[in-house]
Amino acid sequence: MNDKMEIMNGGKALMKALEKEGVKEVFGLPGGANLPMYDELFKSNIRHILVRHEQSAAHMADGFGRVSRKPGVCFATSGPGATNLLTGIATAQADSAPMVAVTGQVPVNMIGRDAFQESDIIGMSNPSVKYAFQPRTVEEIPEVVKKGFYIAETGRPGPVLLDIPKDVQQNEAKVTFPEEVRMPGYHPWTDVDITNIERAINLLLSSEKPIILAGGGTIISSAFAELQSIAEMLMIPVVTTFKGKGSFPENHPLSLGPIGMHGHAEANKIMTEVDCVLAIGTRFSDRSVGTFEEFERNLKIIHMDVDPAEIGKNQTAQVAVVGDVKASLRVMLKILAKKALKKSDGNNWLKHVNEVKDYWRENLKLHPGEMSAAKILRKLREVLPKESIVTTEVGQHQMWASLFFDAIHPGTFFSSTGLGTMGWGFPAAIGAKVARPDVAVVDIAGDGSFNMTENSLATSVLEDIPVIVFLINNFSLGMVAQWQRTFYDRRMIGIDLKKCPDYVKLAESYGAQGIRAQSLDELGKAIKVGLNSDVATVIDIPIDPEEDVLPFVAPGTSLKDMILPS
Amino acid sequence: MWAILSIRVENKPGILFKVTHLFRARNFNIDSISVGVMENPEFSKMVITTVGTEKQIAQIVKQLDKMIDTIEVKRLDEKESVYKELALFKVKLSDASDSAEINKLANTFGAKIHNEQENSLIVELTSTPDEIKSFEESIKSFDILDSARTGVTAL
Ligand SMILES: Cc1ncc(C[n+]2csc(CCOP(=O)(O)OP(=O)(O)O)c2C)c(N)n1
Ligand SMILES: [Mg+2]
Repeated sequence: MNDKMEIMNGGKALMKALEKEGVKEVFGLPGGANLPMYDELFKSNIRHILVRHEQSAAHMADGFGRVSRKPGVCFATSGPGATNLLTGIATAQADSAPMVAVTGQVPVNMIGRDAFQESDIIGMSNPSVKYAFQPRTVEEIPEVVKKGFYIAETGRPGPVLLDIPKDVQQNEAKVTFPEEVRMPGYHPWTDVDITNIERAINLLLSSEKPIILAGGGTIISSAFAELQSIAEMLMIPVVTTFKGKGSFPENHPLSLGPIGMHGHAEANKIMTEVDCVLAIGTRFSDRSVGTFEEFERNLKIIHMDVDPAEIGKNQTAQVAVVGDVKASLRVMLKILAKKALKKSDGNNWLKHVNEVKDYWRENLKLHPGEMSAAKILRKLREVLPKESIVTTEVGQHQMWASLFFDAIHPGTFFSSTGLGTMGWGFPAAIGAKVARPDVAVVDIAGDGSFNMTENSLATSVLEDIPVIVFLINNFSLGMVAQWQRTFYDRRMIGIDLKKCPDYVKLAESYGAQGIRAQSLDELGKAIKVGLNSDVATVIDIPIDPEEDVLPFVAPGTSLKDMILPS
Repeated sequence: MWAILSIRVENKPGILFKVTHLFRARNFNIDSISVGVMENPEFSKMVITTVGTEKQIAQIVKQLDKMIDTIEVKRLDEKESVYKELALFKVKLSDASDSAEINKLANTFGAKIHNEQENSLIVELTSTPDEIKSFEESIKSFDILDSARTGVTAL
């Protein structure tokens, strides 16, 4: 042991520990309380990507983490720097994204004295982190980094906060870097539960109208191939939650798309008819299932999830399979393969499902304009290579993306689905591009959301991380406007953004490229320009501000109450 | 439904905060709470009594279990475990006969008398919450000046 001991300051110990975790870049913004670690960052091999607001650093780390499935790292100073991270940390927690956030803190002897830029970030972040550490000595740093990464990326992933007092960054001590850490209260993995998998298979095979509901957990555990094999082997149609979009190719004959508040009409319709659902890695969010009581009526639920606390939280499961869903699905496949099932592609249920699907794909009434949401998003799909990564902001454009933009390649669609954080998509796209510089990354944005973190254009341009912002511009906080039109008798308040700012000029002022697209033809060309550009491209696409997102399952109602376009 | 939860946690600062925060954030109730270091000082034992539906209690147990700082979370069976709480009542002595009467009452409940002074005394009762409740009812005819309870602990 002793020979591995080295004398160094806490900042250097942090950088070494991060390097050992394979960290190549961090997103951040310095200040008084994290200057010592920045000084060591300067001397390290880790790339610093400067943001213009710490919230964006957290979203970039989040986007990086979701795409690479390794924790993204963000740095902020104490006090306001740390509190600015909070929205990003809470967003990552709500969507189970791996992240390690490192904040500076006032020196240990100043904690609790309301020092300048002191905030109790450990207390403030508590409900929104998977875990938080505040090392009080230099010696603890290697261990908390190791534990932090392990916690962030194993089991159900999530954000971990390391809050490091300034003197702990500065002081020197003999440190060792552990190869292993012990956490007696943390058991991220369980053995595959064969008994319940067998029960699940029996239930599934004895049902007449089964469906697979794939949630975000399917993507997190990258169970794409297993999901597809099971669906094809049993010829069971697949719906997803919104977060599960991208877990199953949406151009597959068995795909019905997302269910939920703004799910596909065919998916919501079929969901109300099924007698058994194989739910994979989903928390049955109210946005996905509507009212809990109505959803579980007449329905047998097989619930697979890595998080035991999800079982029975929102829905009662007849069979629960706790564990990594990829591992569970693999075992399920093996058992099924031995059963030598007769393929039943001619079955009546599937025939009926296909009829419903065909009907709604042909007959769903769409906005008639040339630049309707459906048309512009289908144009994007047509031009964009299918392995490109898409992020979204939050609002109507997000729901239109869910409805009209098919995610085909596995794990290429990411959105703030749990917290619904406007401003997430653009910095997350930058983080995604850092993780996958080889593919195009597009943020499907609304004007209001983009406005919130648009200053990340500076990061994109100066750090040479080009992404495309597909700005569906209705000059308003459109989703709120839709609710005011629908539920508040058109008493419109606080939604008109009055064509301010001009996004083409805004992009240009950052040294990015701004293009306004007013026809499908211009749009197609603009996307191609963006794909071939080495700077960020903002494509400003004016649309009809009155266009609604439909279908719509109003809050507090059930999927069967879906409102359709009239 | 009333439930007794026994939670073994790492003996580190901040964990009581996290456990109580979990109850608040998840909309669960804490009926009583008691904490103490265990024979192995690496761990503390928290005993929380709570009220909720069967489903809620199952969910509380799972959420507590999920916490990284908790080592073991058990729901104790009321019939098979010993659960006790300590209560102190400071009672005013108004009449000359009060002291004798309180002593008699204390005897029947197995309570102890402390700090007897000219015009007050303190009664200590270690028992189940129900017993403490009925003792409290009986002693209410005297003037209770102050009282304190530890919350349930259990094994
Ligand atoms: C940070 C934040 N504030 C407020 C909201 C509430 N909200 C949800 S959608 C929306 C409008 C979004 O406007 P825009 O980005 O232009 O999208 P649109 O609905 O117009 O497509 C608002 C204000 C939110 N989700 N996030
Ligand atoms: Mg808008």
